[in-house]
Amino acid sequence: MSVTYLEAIREAQTKLLREDERVFIYGQDIAGKFGGAFKATKGLAEKFPGRVLNTPISEDAMIGTAIGAALEGMRPIVEMQFADFSSIALNQILNNAGTHYYRTNVPVPITVRLPSGGTKGSGPFHSQSMEGLYSHYPGVVVMTPATVEDAYTMLIDAVAIDDPVVYCEHKYLYYHLKADALPKESFPVGKARIVRPGRDLTIVTYSAMVHEALAVAGELQRDGFEIEVVDLRTVKPLDTQTVLASVARTGRLLAVGEAFPWGGVTAEVISRVTTEGFQLLDAAPARINAKDTPIPYHPNLWSEHRPNRKSIATKARQILQE
Amino acid sequence: MLQTAQRGKKSKKTAPEKPASKKGQVHERYVEAFRWMLTARILEDKLASLYRGGMIVGGVYLGRGQEAVSAACGIFLKKGDVFGPLIRDQAGRSAFGEPLLDVVRTYLGSVKGPMRGRDGNIHRGRPRENELAMISHLGAMIPVMVGKLLAKRMKGEKEFVGLTTLGEGGMQTGASHEGLNIAAVEQVPLVVVVTNNHWAYSTPNEREFACANLVDRAIGYGYEGHKIDGTDLNQCLEVIETAVKRARAGRPPQLVVAEVLRLAGHGEHDDASYVPQEMKAQPFAQDPVARTEKYILENGLLDEDKLKQMRAEIAKQVDEAVATAQQEDPPYPREEDWRSMSTDELIDKPSF
Repeated sequence: MSVTYLEAIREAQTKLLREDERVFIYGQDIAGKFGGAFKATKGLAEKFPGRVLNTPISEDAMIGTAIGAALEGMRPIVEMQFADFSSIALNQILNNAGTHYYRTNVPVPITVRLPSGGTKGSGPFHSQSMEGLYSHYPGVVVMTPATVEDAYTMLIDAVAIDDPVVYCEHKYLYYHLKADALPKESFPVGKARIVRPGRDLTIVTYSAMVHEALAVAGELQRDGFEIEVVDLRTVKPLDTQTVLASVARTGRLLAVGEAFPWGGVTAEVISRVTTEGFQLLDAAPARINAKDTPIPYHPNLWSEHRPNRKSIATKARQILQE
Repeated sequence: MLQTAQRGKKSKKTAPEKPASKKGQVHERYVEAFRWMLTARILEDKLASLYRGGMIVGGVYLGRGQEAVSAACGIFLKKGDVFGPLIRDQAGRSAFGEPLLDVVRTYLGSVKGPMRGRDGNIHRGRPRENELAMISHLGAMIPVMVGKLLAKRMKGEKEFVGLTTLGEGGMQTGASHEGLNIAAVEQVPLVVVVTNNHWAYSTPNEREFACANLVDRAIGYGYEGHKIDGTDLNQCLEVIETAVKRARAGRPPQLVVAEVLRLAGHGEHDDASYVPQEMKAQPFAQDPVARTEKYILENGLLDEDKLKQMRAEIAKQVDEAVATAQQEDPPYPREEDWRSMSTDELIDKPSF
C-alpha cells in the first residue's frame, strides 16, 4: 500500500473527525460527492454528516465563523480553496484570531489549511506561498510539511494546538509524493529535521523545496560535496537551534524558499544565523527565492520564476567555492 | 415596519408578535432599560471628563444618542445568549451584565481589567461569558457570532440567540456583507441591530450608501427587517424584543435598523463641527435619555425624587468603580510575559 501526500491529509482529517467530536471542516466545495477542489475531503461529508460543510465564497466569513466556533469549544478546520484566496481572510486570521489570546487570554484553536505553492499553468492567483506573510504577524503557528508523514501528523498536531495554526500544504506534493504507510509517531511540532546529513554546506528549506534541495545534494555529492539539508517543518516558530547547530558543522548556509524574495522565511533564517552565529560562518550566507514578479502562467516562465535544481545548485557551488 | 424575506417554502408572512407582557411589566422593563441608559450616560460623561483631564490614553468613544436602542439590545438576552457589541454600546453592555469595573479598568489601563492594559477603551469583552471582544475592523464580529451560534447548535444547545450591532458605516464593508450572508445561509438565530447615526466618523450617509433605507437590504439577505426610531425607547424595546423572540424561535435572521443622531464626536477628540445645524433639529436627533426621562415623568412611572435617587445611585457606583481602578497597577513591561500564544513550546524566540 502506498499513500500520497494528499491522501495523508484526507486520512488525518478522517481520523480527526472520527476521534474528536469537536472537529468540523468548513470550506468551499468540500462537501457532497465533489469533495473539494483537490479532493482532500472526498467521502468525508457522507461519512460524517453535518460536519463537513460547504460555505459561500466568503473567505473572511469562513474564518470568522471558525473563530466563533472555536471560542465555543469546537476545533474547526477551514479549507481555503487556494492559499492565494486567504488574502481575503487576512483580517480574520491575523487581526482577529492572531490577537485574541493576547488581548483576552482566550486562545482560538482554528486550523487553516492553505493549498500553497506553484504547479504548472496555475498563474498569479493559484500558486502563492504565503507562509512568510503569516509568520510576520504575532499569534499564529505556521506549518509547512514537506513529507507524507509530516502532512499526516502535523495536521493532527495542528488541530490539537490551542492556538491558531496556518497549515501550508504544497499542491505540487499532493500527487508527486508517496510513502509506504502512514506514520505511527510524530516528530515534535516546532522542531526542524535534518533530512540529509553533510559537512560542507547547510541548505535550510521547507515544503516542496526540501525535495529540490535533496536532489541538489545528490548531484553535488558526485563532485565530492556533502550537503546537509534542514527541513524547517514549521517556519513559525523557527527552530533556530537546529539551524545554528547545522551551520556549526558546515560553516556555510544557503536558505531556499518558494515565496517572494522581499523579507520572508529565508531572510529570517539568514538574519538569525548572522546575528546569533556569525562566528560559525566560513562564507557569506545566501538565499534563493522566487522572483519579485507575480507568478507567471506559462511553464517556461514559471519554472524559472521559482527556485529550481539548477539555480539552487549554481548558488550552492558559489558558496562552496568561497 | 416589518419586511419579510425568506427562502423557499418558509415564505409565509406573519404579523409581528406583540410582546405578551402586561402593562405593569412593560413599565417595569421600560424603567429597567432607562436605568441602563442612564448608567451609560453617567459613566460616559465621567469617562469624557477623565479623558479631558488627561487620565485616559488613546480615545474615548461615546454612545450618546444611541442609549435607547443599545439598552434594548442587551436587555432581552438571557444566560447562554451571545452579545457582540460595537463601539457605542455601553448601555447594551451594561444591560447584558458587563461590570462597570470592566469598563473603567479597560479605559484606565488597569492590569486587573479584562484586557490587562493590552487593549483599551471599547475593544473589550469576556468571550468566555459570551460578550465578544470586538476588533476595530467593522463587520468582522458578525461571522464570529455566526460561529458561536453554529457551534451551540452542533453541541445540541437549544433556544439560544445571538445579537450583534453595527452602524450605517460598518454596514458598507465587505466583511459585513460576507457575515450577514453567511448567517442567513447557516440560518443561525441571529439579530443584527444597525444603528444609523448618520455619521461614519465625519462621512455623511450619502457617501456611505445609496439605497433608500438600509432595512431594504433585509430582503436581499433573506432576513426579516424592522425599522425603528432609535430615540423612542418604547419602539426600541417592542421591536427588538420581537426580533429576539423570532430569532430564538427559529425564524430567519433579523435585521433591525434604528435611526438616531450621534450626539457626540466620533471620539472625544472630535468636535463634530461637520454636523450641520439643520440636522440637529431633525426628529431622529432627539436625545433618547431626555426623551425617556420625560416619558417616565409624564406617565408617572417614577417621580422626580425617584429619578434623582436613581441618578445618585448610579453616580456613586461609577465613582466607586473609577476610584477602585485608579488605585490599581498599570501593566509593567518587565512583568509582562510578551506571549502572543497560549502554547509555551510554540512561542517563537528570536534572540533579538
